[in-house]
Amino acid sequence: MFSSPKYAPMGDRALLVKFGESIDLDINRKVHMLNRAIEQTKIVGVEECVPAYASLLVYYNPLKTSYERLVYQLKDFEPNLDEFDACTEARQVVVPTVYGGEFGPDLADVAKLHSLTLEEVIRIHSETEYTVYMIGFIEGFPYMGKVPDSIATPRLETPRLKIPAGSVGIAGNQTGIYPCESPGGWRIIGRTPVKLFNPYVQQPTLFQPGDKVRFKPIIKAEFEALLKE
Amino acid sequence: MELFRVIKPGFFTTVQDLGRHGFLRFGVPISGAMDKYAFTCANALVGNQADSACLEVTLIGPELEALDDAQIAITGADFSVTVNQNSVPLWQTLSVKKGDKIAFVGSARNGCRAYLAVEGGIDVPVILGSRSTYVRGGFGGIEGRALKSGDLIRVLEPHLPHETNLVTPSDLIPSYEKEFTVNAVMGPQEDVFTAEGIETFFSSTYTVTPESDRMGYRLDGAVIERKVMSELVTDALIPGAVQVLGSGKPIVLMADAQTSGGYPKIATITTAGVSRLAQARPGDRVRFVKVSLTHARAEFLEFNRVLSGLAARLIGQPF
Repeated sequence: MFSSPKYAPMGDRALLVKFGESIDLDINRKVHMLNRAIEQTKIVGVEECVPAYASLLVYYNPLKTSYERLVYQLKDFEPNLDEFDACTEARQVVVPTVYGGEFGPDLADVAKLHSLTLEEVIRIHSETEYTVYMIGFIEGFPYMGKVPDSIATPRLETPRLKIPAGSVGIAGNQTGIYPCESPGGWRIIGRTPVKLFNPYVQQPTLFQPGDKVRFKPIIKAEFEALLKE
Repeated sequence: MELFRVIKPGFFTTVQDLGRHGFLRFGVPISGAMDKYAFTCANALVGNQADSACLEVTLIGPELEALDDAQIAITGADFSVTVNQNSVPLWQTLSVKKGDKIAFVGSARNGCRAYLAVEGGIDVPVILGSRSTYVRGGFGGIEGRALKSGDLIRVLEPHLPHETNLVTPSDLIPSYEKEFTVNAVMGPQEDVFTAEGIETFFSSTYTVTPESDRMGYRLDGAVIERKVMSELVTDALIPGAVQVLGSGKPIVLMADAQTSGGYPKIATITTAGVSRLAQARPGDRVRFVKVSLTHARAEFLEFNRVLSGLAARLIGQPF
């Protein structure tokens, strides 16, 4: 974590506030606190904010404000950021998941790399409680952590061109779920029938940053039954 | 009201407006017209509001049958367009009659994208605040996809009847060359690159590769040197950001840019620059000019002034 956040312009209508350079719950908490501070105080000219692991993108309208003015206003929050901590209890979300087989083509490799059995990988992945750090990449994709080092696995060297919707993957200490069919390089260990994104409602994503997530192993028959619901 | 039947869809024709704002934090890209200037001009020529939905035509245009009388305008890339096989001019209001066939002939000579505006604007459902098509996500526009043969395109009732024949003065019609020069602000991750790497980026000419679309332009050219090859923590992306891949080649993110990524961003192109670059096509060349934030801000304000003043500068003349 930096002693104080760093500010940098990103083109003519956005700025990036960096709190650190790692995947860390305390750093991520600060990102979301600043996001909430901007939302609650309705800073003039800010059109939207995009929280990530360790940074917040502030997208603004240059007709209404400027980079210098925004940095000045955001710096004011620095000493009192804690006032903008989440005041509600984190939501708990359970994600039923079929591990391995055709739904999790990389499960065996993950097990082999760590000299574990398939069952051990499934147990470790599903017994860990994850936090949603951010939504990004594609619509509704939750970036979650931390995956224990005992099963953390780097991305595939060559990304796949097509990963089916609902695929559960690991990339380093992160785990995530592909909301729709997409190319991608994460190690796919399972698949969930849960729908993660619906553009026809105002809160289009199932997950929100701060959510606590657990994966619950299910069998294929349960997957198919849930898919029909 | 159904106004057009699609006879041929063209290479990649989608419905676009000024984009889907306010949903980046859900992973939803901004989308919207790639070339804001040509788009705004097309709408102004038919008396539409600035954010009315148009057709965005890419490289090879469509063929449409008019199912009713209407006023339309086509702007942007240098296409040959015919109505009932008679050539018609771009950058001015056109009156089409029921039964007319509007055809884009061949491919654009210069430029990549054209806009077809129709009085009233195209009527498709508003999804998350926009009518723009987002093909990868499968929503917006017509069923979340590019046009196909047989599609029926609906239009909204015009706000006010538009009876004027408007022409864009020639000094407001851009000419699209094969080489694009765009301004860029350094960062936000320029510290990942060596001084030579940054020098390479701003002094080289890059070529637009065929792996370029509404999501991003993948460029070929001199390799940009990095200090270290460690992976960065994923952070937010916006159109205009220039990511440098592991190969050292840059990608410029465009309207359908993914909302986050882990590659370092050496620079971010200005809003006006991204809009102009939208007319670059595979094989065209791009140069980046480093500008200060003060300069970039002035360019944004000027671009905005030009866009909002366009309608007032069009010249009325009798049909």
